[in-house]
Amino acid sequence: MARVVVDVMPKPEILDPQGKAVQGALPRLGFTGVTDVRQGKRFELEIDGDLTDERLAEVHKMAETLLSNPVIEDYVVSVADSAETGGSQG
Amino acid sequence: MTRVGVVTFPGSLDDQDAARAIRLAGAEAISLWHGDHDLQGVDAVLLPGGFSYGDYLRCGAIARFAPVMTEVIAEAAKGMPVLGICNGFQILCESHLLPGALIRNDHRKFGCLDQRLRIENNTTAWTNSYDQGAEVTIVLKNGEGSFVADEDTLDRLEAEGRVVARYLGNPNGSLRDIAGVTNERGNVVGLMPHPEHAVEDLCGPGTDGLGFFTSVLQATIGA
Repeated sequence: MARVVVDVMPKPEILDPQGKAVQGALPRLGFTGVTDVRQGKRFELEIDGDLTDERLAEVHKMAETLLSNPVIEDYVVSVADSAETGGSQG
Repeated sequence: MTRVGVVTFPGSLDDQDAARAIRLAGAEAISLWHGDHDLQGVDAVLLPGGFSYGDYLRCGAIARFAPVMTEVIAEAAKGMPVLGICNGFQILCESHLLPGALIRNDHRKFGCLDQRLRIENNTTAWTNSYDQGAEVTIVLKNGEGSFVADEDTLDRLEAEGRVVARYLGNPNGSLRDIAGVTNERGNVVGLMPHPEHAVEDLCGPGTDGLGFFTSVLQATIGA
């Protein structure tokens, strides 16, 4: 078993109204000094068997096909301590 | 008689209103089920508004992989008229039948209003009943209706006349006031406002929406 994490974030140029709402709420609670908030999604995938290159390539495919929408989002695939970047996340 | 299929997904809301609008326009409405690989030989397909699969993941992201969408995508590629309204528009974008995406309204609130629109392209399968540049009032109701695409895509849509309808007074942050777009061929149209809620004087802001449904009659007779 291996755990693979896919983090999905709105592209930098895409407006993130949810992040803006969170940013707006922070000062109301007394938290100051936060200049920006972006909200994304985190997927934790439990992968059966050994995490081969083929399986990892398949996770990238999942991320591109379903977990993210490449028109508006970037994703990053991470395995244990190492990280593999996908999409065009800078 | 022209037969227009209306797909019901889990969480569709406006399938019955869409079917009613199709009948008022003089066509036969055929109920299609998301789980069937079967379009029942219809001449056109409508993907209605609602919250398919609870809008989980992203609006339209899961509905896009529903069994019936295999056939919808295949027939759309062959030229069958397909209209996606609201959630249906989101499904068409997720399917890559239309460019761009719909994100949360910039004001972060669900909007429900009688919206003024301008018909920018009256040559599509779903807008040929309108005069070019016609200004109409059609209900708009959504939380994630802000149309976005990269600048190159927007420029291409404008250059190719693929912006079908534009908001008069931007209600949700949509780039370039875009309310609806079409594919290169003009048979697939996505529209955020709800023409099926503007087909009778008794309920809704008038009958300006009826033209979308009479248009497809012309389109399918001509085919």
